[in-house]
Amino acid sequence: MLKVIGAKSIDDLFLDIKSRHQPKSFNIPSGLSEFEVLERVRGIASKNDARLVSFLGAGFYDHYVPEAVTALTSRAEFYTAYTPYQPESSQGILQALYEYQSMIATLTNMDVVNASLYDGGTALYEAMMMAIRINRRKKIVMDGGVSPIYRKIIRSYTSNLDIEFKETPIVHGRADREAIKNILDDKTSAIILQNPNFFGSIDDHTDIIKQAHKLGILVIESVYPISLGILKTPGEMDADIVTGEGQSLGLSLNFGGPYLGFMATKEKYIRKMPGRIVGQTEDKNGRRCFVNTLQAREQHIRREKATSNICTNVALCAIQAAIFMSLLGKQGLKDLAQLNLDKAEFARKTLEKIEGVEVKRSSPTFNEFTICLPKKAKDVVEKMVQKGFAAGFPLSRYYPEMENYLLVAVTEKRTKDEIVLFANNLEGALCS
Amino acid sequence: MGNEEEYLYTKDHEWVCFEDSIAFVGVADYAQNALGDITFIEFPEIGAEVEQFEQFASVESVKAASDIFSPISGKIIEANQDLASAPELINKSCYEKGWISKIDPSDLDEKDNLMTFEDYSKFLEGLDT
Amino acid sequence: MQLIFEKSVPERKGFQVPKSDVSMKATIPGAYIRKIDCLWPEVSELDVVRHFTRLSNLNYSLDANFYPLGSCTMKYNPKFTEKAASIKGFANLHPVLPQLDGSLVQGGLEVLFEMDQLLSEITGMDNFTMQPLAGAHGELTGVMLMAAYHRAKGNKKKYIIIPDSAHGTNPASATIAGYDIVSVPTDKNGVLSLKDFEAKITDELAGVMLTSPNTLGIFNSNIDKIADAVHKVDGLMYYDGANLNALLGRARPGDLGFDIVHINLHKTFATPHGGGGPGAGPVGVKKSLSKFLPISRVIKKDDHTYALDYNYPESIGYVAPFYGNFSVILKAYAYILMLGKEGLREISDHAVLNANYIMARLKKYYDLPFDRTCMHECVFSASKQEKNGVHANDIAKFLIDKGFHPPTVYFPLIVKEAIMIEPTETESKQEMDPFIEAMIEAAQLSESHPDQFKDFPKNTPVSRPDEVKAAKDIICNHFLKK
Repeated sequence: MLKVIGAKSIDDLFLDIKSRHQPKSFNIPSGLSEFEVLERVRGIASKNDARLVSFLGAGFYDHYVPEAVTALTSRAEFYTAYTPYQPESSQGILQALYEYQSMIATLTNMDVVNASLYDGGTALYEAMMMAIRINRRKKIVMDGGVSPIYRKIIRSYTSNLDIEFKETPIVHGRADREAIKNILDDKTSAIILQNPNFFGSIDDHTDIIKQAHKLGILVIESVYPISLGILKTPGEMDADIVTGEGQSLGLSLNFGGPYLGFMATKEKYIRKMPGRIVGQTEDKNGRRCFVNTLQAREQHIRREKATSNICTNVALCAIQAAIFMSLLGKQGLKDLAQLNLDKAEFARKTLEKIEGVEVKRSSPTFNEFTICLPKKAKDVVEKMVQKGFAAGFPLSRYYPEMENYLLVAVTEKRTKDEIVLFANNLEGALCS
Repeated sequence: MGNEEEYLYTKDHEWVCFEDSIAFVGVADYAQNALGDITFIEFPEIGAEVEQFEQFASVESVKAASDIFSPISGKIIEANQDLASAPELINKSCYEKGWISKIDPSDLDEKDNLMTFEDYSKFLEGLDT
Repeated sequence: MQLIFEKSVPERKGFQVPKSDVSMKATIPGAYIRKIDCLWPEVSELDVVRHFTRLSNLNYSLDANFYPLGSCTMKYNPKFTEKAASIKGFANLHPVLPQLDGSLVQGGLEVLFEMDQLLSEITGMDNFTMQPLAGAHGELTGVMLMAAYHRAKGNKKKYIIIPDSAHGTNPASATIAGYDIVSVPTDKNGVLSLKDFEAKITDELAGVMLTSPNTLGIFNSNIDKIADAVHKVDGLMYYDGANLNALLGRARPGDLGFDIVHINLHKTFATPHGGGGPGAGPVGVKKSLSKFLPISRVIKKDDHTYALDYNYPESIGYVAPFYGNFSVILKAYAYILMLGKEGLREISDHAVLNANYIMARLKKYYDLPFDRTCMHECVFSASKQEKNGVHANDIAKFLIDKGFHPPTVYFPLIVKEAIMIEPTETESKQEMDPFIEAMIEAAQLSESHPDQFKDFPKNTPVSRPDEVKAAKDIICNHFLKK
């Protein structure tokens, strides 16, 4: 090969890199065999404790992932392909993404969906930027029920931008109508809501949305997909932009990622939407086929005027979710949602019986709820770890005034026995 | 409208022609050709004031997006609604049926900043080399 | 092929949701319940397996096809890294567990800490954040770091310089972070000219975003001088790591004068691209910028345990909910451990050798706008073929018919009819030669029978799609057909 190139050595190919450019150090350990690496990684993994019986949620849920999801997602024809820039050789990915978009659309009752964003938090940020692009206003109202993690992400991204933020409080676990009414005005671009909210409370935001629309304000809803097996959809409430974390649609918890940010909107806003969109068309012979469409919104064409800087998304996670949603089907989604609801209700009733535990029930919840303990939640949680339970999320992490509050999630994976044992241990932890 | 030899042009390939003191604006053949099949036009708001050479609309094709700059200052009084359902009119008839907006011009002296058909033709020859 | 929805049969099930073991049937008040059904398909598990297996067969993929997609570094993804990522102790780890007790996630934190160290040494930086979830996300994080730096110093900065050959993500990232863009042209040697560049430098320059080697596959020997000029006005140098593959072990961005870098783990460190993602875009900085890095950060305590540290008051905050795309980071970690120092160095050797080999063999047939030794990729122009009406995209479609994933076409934008070829180091001469022969055949066919190109590809499941129709009559939701 060097002969064809006309070079004497490989070093000859690097002459543009002068001696002054050479690494000052490159102190990396020597390579290992595959076997040795896996042994080492297994050793590191064993330092994690993944055996705890988990009642942890906070937006990220321990749902069962059917084996067929993993088996199909592991097909190298999906996972070793690049972005489908050449439609003729990417119909599998494109059709799978089209089906994903359609499934999220019917889940949320929205018109159009993009082919994925990184995660639920960055999707919410993108939705906010999209709203600002649509009505060119600069004020954003965030409901106190929106995940504090997502609120922090949004604040980080906008620290160098001229955007005014207002946050409205929670009353009785839900959006404060009075405060929202007072704060919305014709300068407001969008209001961001979440359902169920971070504390697990369910709401119907139709009234807030109606009011916002009168002032030309867009409404962004962040949702938990599994809950939509039962709950009133953002489309039914007439929300304008819907985002969410799709991890619960067949993805492992993976210590924080990769996850799946989804985004849906009304058809009239499609050109303001960030990210790729797969569209249906026909080939030269009139056969149905799929392509990346409306690419003129995207950074590779519009550069600094693009709707977003996103390029790599999480296509494989979207396909994984599509496989999960196909397996679950129309009835499976309802059944799964109902099962989560039943088990959470059972857990809530069981925990309520413990002396000193107060369950906040001012509004209905789905599979996560807030309890108030007679002690600091953080201390109780530490004790529960010793007993083999991840007891929930201590809310003081983001709400210093809620020292005794614990957020408890119950998915279909928790058995009745585990819930009862959890309650017994919690009772013990409170006494000691 | 209809005789592009009487239009005035910008170096960004927009044209303007005047009918009864109203300015019709659109994009020149060179621009429509460079963009390819046009799929969408983002119109300016009716009633908006626009400055000469300021962006007032944009057009999209499958592989490109292009901002359209106004050849003349004034108030946008109408957008060509036919383009909403048939954006390909810009490709088929860029100097006539594919006009983009009507503008009520505020300063006709600005014509001096534009190229005549002859100048523009020379300008295009310069681009090709 | 049918859509999964078209295979739906009422009441068919693909997955049995377990029976409830609690004697409770909870209800929610009607006002909060959905009235419109969710129309997910009703299919069996076998239906689902057949459907998605058949779909997968419609794709070209790295495992089945040579994939010389310029700028995308489609190198082979070693299989064992998938195994590493699926180890239970990692795959099931809940991201908020550290809030309960840091001792529960020592393994996870160790991987993050070790990767910070390894990537810092590989790139010549001082600290890394693993949070950014993709390359463009890393860019945005990087520009936010620039903004934080200038804000802390009271600098009034307005714009960022980006070369005209840059990836579209660079100007898009800088804009959404609140900066104006100033573009600088590429000179006849295929690099930024120092003179043009210096003319654009003022006190209001926040920084410069560069990729090195650049998107033409050329290393700019003046890079350190550019950095000096930028640092004089207290601007910052941002390194877009898309092309780091070419420099591994040969040069480090940190030594070249860059202050901030992002790395595409899904390019340089072989994590699979998943048909569009997930990737990961860790960002590294020099010490003066470390205090601005996103929180949380992983620290190693005196007792050799690891902990999450949130106590950085000047941090830009959260750019992702947790610690980045952890399982992607884990795969890259396993890959780096396997290659080690020597293996990493061989990457750049072979990547550059392969690209120069392809360039040498094809330059008789295709116009080479910058005829000089390239790094890991080479950029041709189909300008000769265009004279016969054959465009870069037509050549791409011809290659698809021959079983190759085509190179990147029409990028970088500064090359007319660009064909950007990046073979990567994992391809052998035996894999590259048939591709080269096909490229030569395309060039010859463009002379003899240019009219044939409009029919390619012929051997694929579908022929060329009508993209104009797709953009005009938008159908992107099966349930919203007109």
